[in-house]
Amino acid sequence: MRTMDLNTAWFLLIGVLLTGYAILDGFDLGVGVLHLFARDERQRRIHLQAIGPVWDGNEVWLLTGGGAMFAAFPLVYARVFSGFYLAFMLLLAALIFRAASIEFRGQVDNAGWRRFWDWAFGLGSLVPALLYGVAIGNVVRGLPVAADGTLNVSFLALLNPYSLLVGVFGLVMFVMHGAAYLAARTDGELQQRMARWTTGAWTVFVVLYLVVTVATFFVAPYYFEGIQGNPLLWILAAVLLGSIGYIPVAVNGKTFTRAFLASAGAIASLVGLFGLSLYPRMVPSSIDLSNSLTIYNASSTPRTLTVMLIVALIGMPLVIAYTVYVYRVFMGKIVITKDGY
Amino acid sequence: MELDPLLLSRLQFALTIGFHFLFPPLTIGLAWLLVLVEWLGWRRGDDDYVRAGVFFGKILGLTFAMGVATGIVMEFQFGTNWAEYSRFVGDIFGAPLAVEAMFAFFMESTFLGLYLFGRGKVSKAVHWFSILMVAVGATLSAFWIIVANSWQQTPAGFVVQNNRAELADFWAVVFNPSTIPRFSHTMSATIIAGALLMAGISAYLLLKDKETAVARKTLKIGLIVGLIASMAALFPTGHHHAQQVARTQPEKLAAMEGLIHGRENAPLTLIGIPSEEPPELNFAIGVPGLLSWMAFGDAGAHVDGIEDLRAQGHPTPPLAITFGSFHLMVGLGSFFIALTGLGVLLLAMKRIDDSRISRLFLSLLIWSIPLPLAACQFGWIVAEVGRQPWVVYRLLRTSEAFSQNVAAGEILFSIIMFGTIYLMLGVLYLFILVKKIKQGPQPLVVKEI
Repeated sequence: MRTMDLNTAWFLLIGVLLTGYAILDGFDLGVGVLHLFARDERQRRIHLQAIGPVWDGNEVWLLTGGGAMFAAFPLVYARVFSGFYLAFMLLLAALIFRAASIEFRGQVDNAGWRRFWDWAFGLGSLVPALLYGVAIGNVVRGLPVAADGTLNVSFLALLNPYSLLVGVFGLVMFVMHGAAYLAARTDGELQQRMARWTTGAWTVFVVLYLVVTVATFFVAPYYFEGIQGNPLLWILAAVLLGSIGYIPVAVNGKTFTRAFLASAGAIASLVGLFGLSLYPRMVPSSIDLSNSLTIYNASSTPRTLTVMLIVALIGMPLVIAYTVYVYRVFMGKIVITKDGY
Repeated sequence: MELDPLLLSRLQFALTIGFHFLFPPLTIGLAWLLVLVEWLGWRRGDDDYVRAGVFFGKILGLTFAMGVATGIVMEFQFGTNWAEYSRFVGDIFGAPLAVEAMFAFFMESTFLGLYLFGRGKVSKAVHWFSILMVAVGATLSAFWIIVANSWQQTPAGFVVQNNRAELADFWAVVFNPSTIPRFSHTMSATIIAGALLMAGISAYLLLKDKETAVARKTLKIGLIVGLIASMAALFPTGHHHAQQVARTQPEKLAAMEGLIHGRENAPLTLIGIPSEEPPELNFAIGVPGLLSWMAFGDAGAHVDGIEDLRAQGHPTPPLAITFGSFHLMVGLGSFFIALTGLGVLLLAMKRIDDSRISRLFLSLLIWSIPLPLAACQFGWIVAEVGRQPWVVYRLLRTSEAFSQNVAAGEILFSIIMFGTIYLMLGVLYLFILVKKIKQGPQPLVVKEI
């Protein structure tokens, strides 16, 4: 086996950060979308209580992913973020509203006030949950990266049918994930309701997965080249299929924590497959594949990559250790308290 | 009118960083004060401190959420609006941001959840440890952000090759010449902000005769800590920082002090009215020789003025904004020493809330709550405007750094969007803050575990 080079290690590390983000903020985004469909005030408060102590820690995974991208692949950070300008601004506005709504909603005892923040929380979750998939769809499709590495793309061009399809797929995935999380943390009627949501979203998720896969064959044929022989493909595919297959089994058996973990496994293997197919490209060029930004032509110097790898290998295990600890403290069924949301 | 993407990008950055920077100083300062308050509550078993902890903890949570909401923008804005900058400095500048996220931001947000929601769920020791970790995380966060910004002020540890700045020595980047002076000065400012918030809120409770037992204790902490931090902001940290600026960024020093023509025995200007092009300082009143002595430890030392530096071929920053902001910051800093000094005196005389004078003093404390934030903003303006026209001092101009591929109209749109959202958030934050303050510390609920 070849030894892994630094650039690959960083590609992998950013993949881990984004996977962590998709799994952790994924469930609280999903809870936010489900919030739009809540039946009564009690459910809404349970939603907020369920994510209250953990949501901003979850969002840090995104910030860390952004920071790591800046440090390791500054050219991707510079070109893509400026290239996606309006989409990014929309995303940031949604995330700001979302953060504000979680904090502000419970502060004033007034139905109109709460309704406003319920919408802000729901839409502030729905927009990111949709846009992440749209962004991934556009990357898979390829972006108009010119020969000098610059990128100009209009907001409307990002909203092409394939990318929107991937966006909806992502949205459904987060809803399934959030419903499984809520089912695991509630009981009684709400738990049954969330169990039905999990199964329903799962069905749509499976159908959309097939549609997206077929569409990708036509939109981005390069995507499937050169990975068939890779054993990682088969491992990831096995995890993906196993996880997807297990979700309804776990829901039927009322073991919702397992359903949630299986859904996390599905998300992780999907991100893994995305990374594996992309590698070593980071932003494929739709003009000419040879213009693509790759982990080699867009990276920092080996010195920076080395220093930051050491930092990450010390830092991330610590982060994971105390995150697991805090999750363990807050695990269990949600009880509505006066001090909560 | 032709829209200028450079000007718009600068306006947007000023708006988003300025608004964001209202919250972190409060968060950092308040977190450290709560470390003290919670320690007293835990070790002395005094419920007044525990109730104060719950009360100020809610304010911390609210303020922290605002910092998170507005901070997300900062992590990405270098890429969206300053793509050329990101490309040029990415090998160096991205690292401190990533370290901040990994070592600081995770820590503060994860432990803040534990602190705010974990009371009664974890042992008192773990609960105290959680607020300690919030304070440590917030401080580390400030450190790494200041590392990144200080590298823009006094770049070190790099070589320019392949058309970008590349890392040569990581520790030279981290401990570049301005990191420690700026970090210590900023930390003292955050403690002032937290202390005056605590003191001002306690003063309000005392004036309203609400929960006075709790309020007296937190007032004492706020005033004493505030006095120590206010003095530290002047000396050693402010003095140390100014000396470093004199050594490493003479253009900024000349503009801060309004020194037009270099000279020996340079005066320390107390007040004056600056004007640009040609740079002038009118009606100046100063202490002869004091600037030379403070900057270089010798009243006879030569200090370069704006004209000298221009003659040497160095562009200089806008004079009026730099001079004005610096003097307003120093004026506020002096006021904080006087205010908290008087407060500590009244405390020592046990006259803090029993006379007309002390009631006037308590009202003054309430109205002083926002002043440290104003001082922070002025200090930040001195740091950033005083560095112009460079985005990285003597290495990359601001005018070369913005995203070439973003249209001016798009930036205008995002400025209006952020402006509207921030105005709304600011109003709501104040509204809810005032509401929480008016509610005052609540009785302790005994939770069943």
